[in-house]
Amino acid sequence: MIPGAFEYHRPTSLDEAIGIMADKGDTARVLAGGHSLIPMMKLRLAMPEHIVDLQAIDQLNGISEDGGSVVMGATTTQAEIIASDLIARACPLIIEAATQIADPQVRACGTIGGNLANGDPANDMPAVMLALNAEYRVRGPEGERRIAARDFYEGTFVTALGEGEILVAIHLPPSPAGYAYTKQKRKVGDYATAAAAVVLAMQGGKCSKAAIALTNVGDTPLLASAAAAALVGTAVDAAAIDAAAEAAMSIARPVADGRGPSDFRTHIAGVMTRRAIETARGRAA
Amino acid sequence: MAKMHVKMTVNGKPVEALAEPRTLLIHFLREDLGLTGPHIGCDTSHCGACTVDLNGRSIKSCTVFVAQANGAELTTIEGIAGADGAPHPLQKAFREHHGLQCGFCTPGMITRAMRLLEENPNPTDAEIRNGISGNLCRCTGYQNIVKAISAAAAEMAGAREAAE
Repeated sequence: MIPGAFEYHRPTSLDEAIGIMADKGDTARVLAGGHSLIPMMKLRLAMPEHIVDLQAIDQLNGISEDGGSVVMGATTTQAEIIASDLIARACPLIIEAATQIADPQVRACGTIGGNLANGDPANDMPAVMLALNAEYRVRGPEGERRIAARDFYEGTFVTALGEGEILVAIHLPPSPAGYAYTKQKRKVGDYATAAAAVVLAMQGGKCSKAAIALTNVGDTPLLASAAAAALVGTAVDAAAIDAAAEAAMSIARPVADGRGPSDFRTHIAGVMTRRAIETARGRAA
Repeated sequence: MAKMHVKMTVNGKPVEALAEPRTLLIHFLREDLGLTGPHIGCDTSHCGACTVDLNGRSIKSCTVFVAQANGAELTTIEGIAGADGAPHPLQKAFREHHGLQCGFCTPGMITRAMRLLEENPNPTDAEIRNGISGNLCRCTGYQNIVKAISAAAAEMAGAREAAE
């Protein structure tokens, strides 16, 4: 499979990259790890005339702490996230999800920013960011702005990212002690049949806070607000978990594909939600 | 579209060439440099037959443009034997433990295993299996591949101790 021809750019600063994007308009695409874009280009489903490779922009890469919040640069790879002591301490949910993405070679290239900004509902990290209530910092010709992850996803491959805007960093608020990312996949390298991200906090034996989000069972990652609400104020007992799993299944709208019929994938969304809640509760105690 | 001038270090030797930016790294290695060790299996970043080492990371060269590798340091299966031509401990172990049958996956498998042992010199069997989960073998059932990597790790650890 041979991709279409393009002109290659490797800017060394974010301003330079934004300048090229503004100049070339919708004939240009940014390239981070390339593991979503290059397969699309090999299938000629994408044929950009200009590729803006972000690899030489140092300010986009790395993980740091900013006050109470952890900041991940957009071109930080999944492998770098898995190896990060700071993420392990501050937000282990992200590592639990990252280790379930593809395989070691793909994780060595694939970036957090690419996984989030591509707008593919099959990607794992968007649901994690919805559950964590993360914020995305984006920059374009008009300057910089922040978009809540929960407002970012509008449709399949459609996001709130404006023309010429580049995702710069992801800001993570402090996250509750209980967490889990539970994913069913047919084999290494496959997308989720369904997956669930859960964070929750327990206080005096009751759930004081919860968020739940689902991967690959809709046009976008889905924030399961009613499912989370079913846990808050309860001891996260069997009845509460049943109610949360029911609520999660009620918003799932997976298409039938090689991973199974829609009903089956909806059922799996319920099972993944249930297991993620149980694990998160165990970790929160 | 115009060709670009690319420069990189491949198996310790400087390489310069003109190439279209869209050229996939695996095609550049095989067709321009004549390094046919890395194979094209699935061509969709699943099978790992095209695995090479790029700037100290295992990558699938079917899903990297040559333009991205401009300025990089690369190692392919052709570059892992000793300077005197002696096989790498992994190459010896794959032979001794029957870590291959048809051999199609082997260059990618060994190149990946080399990086895995750099990152984790003393892996458990489970860590080996996880570490090569991006490399598919349709012959062996992986059993002897895991044995070979484990044996190579032990030999390399012994060699390091002897050197100290």
